[in-house]
Amino acid sequence: MLDTNKDSLKLEAMKRIVAMIARGKNASDLFPAVVKNVACKNIEVKKLVYVYLVRYAEEQQDLALLSISTFQRGLKDPNQLIRASALRVLSSIRVPIIVPIMMLAIKEAASDMSPYVRKTAAHAIPKLYSLDSDQKDQLIEVIEKLLADKTTLVAGSVVMAFEEVCPERIDLIHKNYRKLCNLLIDVEEWGQVVIISMLTRYARTQFLSPTQNESLLEENPEKAFYGSEEDEAKGTGPEAAAPASLPARKPYVMDPDHRLLLRNTKPLLQSRSAAVVMAVAQLYFHLAPKAEVGVIAKALVRLLRSHSEVQYVVLQNVATMSIKRRGMFEPYLKSFYIRSTDPTQIKILKLEVLTNLANETNIPTVLREFQTYIRSMDKDFVAATIQAIGRCATNIGRVRDTCLNGLVQLLSNRDELVVAESVVVIKKLLQMQPAQHGEIIKHLAKLTDNIQVPMARASILWLIGEYCEHVPKIAPDVLRKMAKSFTAEEDIVKLQVINLAAKLYLTNSKQTKLLTQYVLSLAKYDQNYDIRDRARFTRQLIVPSEQGGALSRHAKKLFLAPKPAPVLESSFKDRDHFQLGSLSHLLNAKATGYQELPDWPEEAPDPSVRNVEVPEWTKCSNREKRKEKEKPFYSDSEGESGPTESADSEPESESESESKSSSESGSEESSSESDEDQGEDEDKGRGSESEQSEEEGEKKRKKRKKVLVEHGEGSSSDEGSDSSSSSSDSEMTSESEEEQAEPASWRKKTPPSSKSAPAAKEVSLLDLEDYTPSSVQPVSPPTVVSTSLATDLEGLTLTDSSLVPSLLSPVPGVGRQELLHRVAGEGLAVDYAFSRQPFSGDPHMVSVHIYFSNSSETPIKGLHMGTPKLPAGISIQEFPEIESLAPGESATAIMGINFCDSTQAANFQLCTQTRQFYVSIQPPVGELMAPVFMSENEFKKEQGKLTGMNEITEKLILPDTCWSDHIVVKKVTATANVGRVPCGTSDEYRFAGRTLTSGSLVLLTLDTQPAGTAQVTVNSEKMVIGTMLVKDVIQALTQ
Amino acid sequence: MVEKKMIHSLFLINCSGDIFLEKHWKSVVSQSVCDYFFEAQEKAADVENVPPVISTPHHYLISIYRDKLFFVSVIQTEVPPLFVIEFLHRVADTFQDYFGECSEAAIKDNVVIVYELLEEMLDNGFPLATESNILKELIKPPTILRSVVNSITGSSNVGDTLPTGQLSNIPWRRAGVKYTNNEAYFDVIEEIDAIIDKSGSTVFAEIQGVIDACIKLSGMPDLSLSFMNPRLLDDVSFHPCIRFKRWESERVLSFIPPDGNFRLISYRVSSQNLVAIPVYVKHSISFKENSSCGRFDITIGPKQNMGKTIEGITVTVHMPKVVLNMSLTPAQGSYTFDPVTKVLTWDVGKITPQKLPSLKGLVNLQSGAPKPEENPSLNIQFKIQQLAISGLKVNRLDMYGEKYKPFKGVKYVTKAGKFQVRT
Repeated sequence: MLDTNKDSLKLEAMKRIVAMIARGKNASDLFPAVVKNVACKNIEVKKLVYVYLVRYAEEQQDLALLSISTFQRGLKDPNQLIRASALRVLSSIRVPIIVPIMMLAIKEAASDMSPYVRKTAAHAIPKLYSLDSDQKDQLIEVIEKLLADKTTLVAGSVVMAFEEVCPERIDLIHKNYRKLCNLLIDVEEWGQVVIISMLTRYARTQFLSPTQNESLLEENPEKAFYGSEEDEAKGTGPEAAAPASLPARKPYVMDPDHRLLLRNTKPLLQSRSAAVVMAVAQLYFHLAPKAEVGVIAKALVRLLRSHSEVQYVVLQNVATMSIKRRGMFEPYLKSFYIRSTDPTQIKILKLEVLTNLANETNIPTVLREFQTYIRSMDKDFVAATIQAIGRCATNIGRVRDTCLNGLVQLLSNRDELVVAESVVVIKKLLQMQPAQHGEIIKHLAKLTDNIQVPMARASILWLIGEYCEHVPKIAPDVLRKMAKSFTAEEDIVKLQVINLAAKLYLTNSKQTKLLTQYVLSLAKYDQNYDIRDRARFTRQLIVPSEQGGALSRHAKKLFLAPKPAPVLESSFKDRDHFQLGSLSHLLNAKATGYQELPDWPEEAPDPSVRNVEVPEWTKCSNREKRKEKEKPFYSDSEGESGPTESADSEPESESESESKSSSESGSEESSSESDEDQGEDEDKGRGSESEQSEEEGEKKRKKRKKVLVEHGEGSSSDEGSDSSSSSSDSEMTSESEEEQAEPASWRKKTPPSSKSAPAAKEVSLLDLEDYTPSSVQPVSPPTVVSTSLATDLEGLTLTDSSLVPSLLSPVPGVGRQELLHRVAGEGLAVDYAFSRQPFSGDPHMVSVHIYFSNSSETPIKGLHMGTPKLPAGISIQEFPEIESLAPGESATAIMGINFCDSTQAANFQLCTQTRQFYVSIQPPVGELMAPVFMSENEFKKEQGKLTGMNEITEKLILPDTCWSDHIVVKKVTATANVGRVPCGTSDEYRFAGRTLTSGSLVLLTLDTQPAGTAQVTVNSEKMVIGTMLVKDVIQALTQ
Repeated sequence: MVEKKMIHSLFLINCSGDIFLEKHWKSVVSQSVCDYFFEAQEKAADVENVPPVISTPHHYLISIYRDKLFFVSVIQTEVPPLFVIEFLHRVADTFQDYFGECSEAAIKDNVVIVYELLEEMLDNGFPLATESNILKELIKPPTILRSVVNSITGSSNVGDTLPTGQLSNIPWRRAGVKYTNNEAYFDVIEEIDAIIDKSGSTVFAEIQGVIDACIKLSGMPDLSLSFMNPRLLDDVSFHPCIRFKRWESERVLSFIPPDGNFRLISYRVSSQNLVAIPVYVKHSISFKENSSCGRFDITIGPKQNMGKTIEGITVTVHMPKVVLNMSLTPAQGSYTFDPVTKVLTWDVGKITPQKLPSLKGLVNLQSGAPKPEENPSLNIQFKIQQLAISGLKVNRLDMYGEKYKPFKGVKYVTKAGKFQVRT
């Protein structure tokens, strides 16, 4: 059928073949016939052929080669699905000859346009590696490249490849660490698990142990226990338990990157996937300060509602954790209560956890629970319960007698297993304080007549032997009985009989001499050589023989030496040296390929390795740093505030400010240092923000800001919404103090540059105010939603864009300009400014902030925008109507204008309920663009394309004031919304931007000569813009 | 060198121990590896007690038991066990979703689709596409109509374009959804987990709830669901579509839903809150020493039921092994006793307060055997319509992003979860 031309017949044939494969039958004879169809047009036939090929190619390598060319063709297909599936199959065919082809294909796919193909490439890496490990070095290169990929789709797969090929190359992670942390929440579930477990290992090598200061407390478990309890009660606030409050030998400051990881993984505890929750739980267990580990308990307990296999694994891990951190699970004690319908293996694990959790206070309840368990029909479970009681009794002295009594009562149980188990446990308990328990021993001795379970009999005999002085009358009698039945006993019992005989011989030889000899001679001819050996050995030892018998003098010491009481321990003790959640932990044995969890380093490795080093990226790492703080709030709420801007262009607008501030602080120092500087400024800014607002006493705004700050801190909203403003003050200060505590160590090194700090403060204050309407409470639902949609849809290039620019203080290019004078506006004054923030809703729009203030006596009502009369191409996104503006009050709004890359004015009407005002906004040319980041090489390459007509050059003489670097940069960036491009030579400045509507590049070069002459060059497709820009820049520089 | 990969092979095994499907993502692993599994299964005696993770000399076997089938996966290297377990359950869910049931017959009938699915779900042992919305775009679920059409026209079940979801930030939703009737239904289902002790006092009780959604809305709707009393929810886990931060800050569920049926959230109502227990049980079960009979008497009555009718009551009792038979008279409903599994099931139905349902009679024991130590626990099932026992109430559902007006509905149900009465 495969040879026909009809697709439907082929399909039918392939379906039958696949069904054969599925049943495990051999279909390899058909290989030639099937391979022919690899080029079949019908996509379903093709897929099934792929299935077949992957299954049998290894066995028929020569024939499989026939198909290779088809896949190579497929790799060039315009359809990304076909490219990806061709690569998938090609890499799945395990034929060593094609390794070079695979290598080539992977390399190519790794730089494919489509993230889906790149993901497939990441998947192909381990396949190739397992086929030919010599390719490792080349593969690592590909991995390195893919690790830098910014899409969520690729992240999980490439980390998986990393883990399989080169888990030891931790250095590859440094530069991507922050990115991975920030992307994490948007990666698919499977990728999350892999990334989290990799990051756990990474953090263990790169950060200091957060518990090092707590080691003092560790000796005092009680205190630690309360600590975590408290945390539980609050249910939140990892910040609250500041490490600083602990007695500090050497103040421990958590690396901000360490904090970033903890903060960004925490929301994932809410994942629906048990695997993700477990991964986060183990991360917290291994990495978080003690006080914060508590948060995972709730999520783990939730998993106990899941499938029984999940319960099984989770309980194993909880059992291990509960030994180390008992307080963590204590509030959930009852969740571990056992139902008669639980499978036995689950019951036993729950029992383990209950035992671990038992302490002085809850032991009565736990014991009462145990009591019901003892009557269960499930005998294995009953046995486990008895052991659990034994463990509780050893651990908690107070209840030892109660437990012992309970166990003794069990001795009259009808079920032999129960009795036997009790005897074994009682034996262990009695060893702790034998003196008081003569009665029990007597009781036990009586049981020898009835109990048949060998282990129990052996235990009783041992007990009697050990404490024969407490029961001098009964002991010989027991021995007599045992001697009688000696031959019929199990080996283990026989050994104990010998033991008992020997001990009695030593203490009470008068009565037992003959008995002992009888037993020993019976044992001498036993079938088991172990028993024979023992008998011989014992005889030599205790019966004084002619030859000296140096040993026999010490026989008593040997046999009746005081023995330490056994410690009843959980089998889960010390299992935590395996990474929790791992297969190795579950099996309590190292599984193949298990990566040891490294110990914390003594000294923290250089944290600056995670900064990205290229000069232009200094700013970025910086930005990421800020992002750490904002992320918890913004990462998901893009919906409300995220701009539609494509992610690629967004960071540029932010960098604007950074380029400015970093240049102010006299940049170009070492990258790490400028970093610190920045962080500090920011802190300053934040701190002073709150001060100012307090002064102004604007409650409303403060509250709003507080919410912002709080979210910035990543604390839960619970506090936020119901705390009064007075409490919020203290909270805020404490928080910001904490904030500052982090960089405190740096502060000493670099005194804050007083110049940049106030600037930052000013700007961020402004922005906060401006942005709150749009970010905190959506004013106009429709636009907000459309943006949220758009951001969701905008694809995978999530990257750094999740950071909303609002807090990032862009420099308004041209300051406020008047739109409507208060006289003309009859009391209504309107100003506007270009905020240079991407306009949420339409990336082609310039966002314009409008400031209204009412200087009249009466409230102005219904402020909105009338129908604009616009030149062709220009469009306006109106600001939401302002219902009322009280006298003396001011308000702000944001509107977007698409100027269509021209400097034509946008004319429109401002309407109040009573009046209409005609106003117009004319943009300076510099506001029609947004910054672009590019490297020097890219810049040169683009510049090369835009020569001739597209290049405009002017000469000028720079005034003295413009001789310093940062002033030049400041002036240029103030004139035009462009981004700085790093530059090799010191006398050249380069800037790049892209026009908003058409997206054409605008490249600006400023070439300075020592004499003060300079040349401005603009390369752009838009010649008009180019010409105007040159004029504006020259004007700005020469002023 | 050790070949590294997550999931190496998958075997599907039915209850009688036949391997009826195998799939390998790399080199073939012989079926004989399953012998270790059978060994463990024999040792466990009970299907529920087969350890999910078994270590064999060369491999590790991780298995789940779902719908009378074992899904046994072969692992060669270290991998988080939950990762595999979660994946296997996802596979079973997908079968359920595609074929309506996850049974041997359904899988055998659709073996080609199963194979295509497995191929898409796992690449080289690492999960690739597991969202049902994506899979359905790649591989169309079988319907009678489609199979007829396909056989006539020769068109296929396999999509030839990359699902848009795979590339977007919302991989759970397929593109181009269109309905003539736009509907969004939410079922708030709460289950009471409780252990009641002999004397009738509550040892442990908590409420576990889920909100299941059935969303049939065209285009890309953006929904937000708010509650009257969101603070009740103590611990919540979300479908990936929910914007976590929005919940954190405003306690509103904001999401772009997947198409079709899915579980929106599951939650727990804090155990500190007192949980209302809607029923009480009076019981007296006794076995006489040295005689071959015992007495059995249970009565069920309503308690804290918020004025709603309690219906669908079923009582299941696992009687001790020595029980041979039971002869009982139900005042209401009907009962069955299976002498092999020793399970007594009493189908009660509705409670009418005027005449409380009861079940009385004699128990026949194996003569000569000692009387059972323990009285059996009673497992109780019930259902209360139009009530969320925790008091949770949906406030409103808003839709943005689309113009049409959807039909909205919320339904509340309270059920007994793991509700056990010790006697």
